[in-house]
Amino acid sequence: MAAVEARDVSVTYEGVDRRVHALGGLTLELADGEPIAIIGPSGCGKSTLLLAIAGLLRADEGSIAVGGEPVTGPRLRTALILQDFGLLPWKTALRNAALGLEVRRVPPAERRQRAAEALSRVGLAEFATAYPAELSGGMRQRLALARAIALEADLLLMDEPLSALDALTREDLQGLLLELWRSRGHTQALVTHSIEEAVFLGRRIVVLTPRPGRVSAVVENPGMGSEGYRDTEAFYERCATLRRLLAAEGAFAEVPR
Amino acid sequence: MSGSLGRRALGYLAALAILLAAWELAALAIASPALPPPTSALADFARLLVPALLPNLLVSAYRVLAAVAIASAVAVPLGLVLGRTPRADAVFAPAVFLLYPVPWVVLLPVFLVLLGIGDAPKIALITVIVFFQLLVTSRDAAKAIPPSSVLSVRSLGATRAQVFRHVVVPAALPDIFTALRIASGTAIAVLFLSETVAGTSGLGWYIVDAWGRVAYGDMFAGIIALALLGVAFYELLEAAELWLTPWTRVGR
Repeated sequence: MAAVEARDVSVTYEGVDRRVHALGGLTLELADGEPIAIIGPSGCGKSTLLLAIAGLLRADEGSIAVGGEPVTGPRLRTALILQDFGLLPWKTALRNAALGLEVRRVPPAERRQRAAEALSRVGLAEFATAYPAELSGGMRQRLALARAIALEADLLLMDEPLSALDALTREDLQGLLLELWRSRGHTQALVTHSIEEAVFLGRRIVVLTPRPGRVSAVVENPGMGSEGYRDTEAFYERCATLRRLLAAEGAFAEVPR
Repeated sequence: MSGSLGRRALGYLAALAILLAAWELAALAIASPALPPPTSALADFARLLVPALLPNLLVSAYRVLAAVAIASAVAVPLGLVLGRTPRADAVFAPAVFLLYPVPWVVLLPVFLVLLGIGDAPKIALITVIVFFQLLVTSRDAAKAIPPSSVLSVRSLGATRAQVFRHVVVPAALPDIFTALRIASGTAIAVLFLSETVAGTSGLGWYIVDAWGRVAYGDMFAGIIALALLGVAFYELLEAAELWLTPWTRVGR
């Protein structure tokens, strides 16, 4: 069980030359197995929210619980995928995929086997001995997913995981993310800048306000995950709705920061 | 792999040939017994290698290796911890930056008085000098590690020790090796200096002793031996780096 419950979460941290009020009383719930997308103007605290749910950042106010347990630190079955994928350049693909298991002291034979299975699940079976520098951007992203799969993560938190990829690779990986979610049924929170990506991968799409981030609107997107959704009228309508909501939050204005 | 090794050997041979030619020309031009031509110098080197050079070479090698090993064993962990512990760094970094530029070689007489004229003062002097070079590099390397690398490993539930083992140490290794290679040159130079000042063993002593005996052939044989020690040390580090940081050579 990996339902997420964030109540009135506020986070302020020390920036380079000022205090940054990243989240201001944000409340958000994810049902167990629900995939949501989080979208908002840049600098709206989306990444801060993920770090707080992952237990890497303490909320100043409010509470966060995953699977009914209050979050006090990293949780064993939460996987966090950052924009640069968090791969270690000095480890081969197999050892990168096995890293979470190694950290948790799973015996070597078992972790090799589970990591190898995860690699073949994302189509990287032949690249087990390659270093990240030898992989393309899309393959690195797949490797980051393999690490989460090897961990048997039931909560997948992703911070703009596909933003560094070209359009074709991006669509390919959106398909992989959807397929993985369909077959594994994990809870998933995807932070993205892309309206189409949010509609393709979020059963609900949460729009945040500019900093300090709060939930501005939630768009229900029941058609998500259905066959050929990308080409339907409903898909375009959701995108248009989202674009309007984001414009209202000033996401498209050139705001000097 | 063997191809690149072959190319490497070829490069060394070519460089050696150019070096010998330049030496020959310089010896002809200067025409002084202080700079013998390579043929006679190498003949002297071969003649003296086993009876005179090898014992001193071993003493010198021991001193420099012991010093670099001690300095690395202390400076690298200390530097890495400082680089990853902002509070400790705030206290110690200013002290390190004050002490780093001090020309520690001036401590030689102090070490000689305190530690006698055996191996100890030489090892101590080289250790101090290499220590600061390695400390500053390891600290900076640990500080420069991208936060996302650390975050992603911490999100997996890694302890502080595991973050060091999986992220900090490997991330800093290439920089540490660069520092070690630069330090190896300094270490040999300091070794030479310290051996010329006191004691009756080591290549530095041998070279200066031969100079005093006006035995320029012997002196040059000693110089060649010391140069070879430097090259061997450098190659040893190169081999260790090749073995310990394989990921730095993969192409995109």
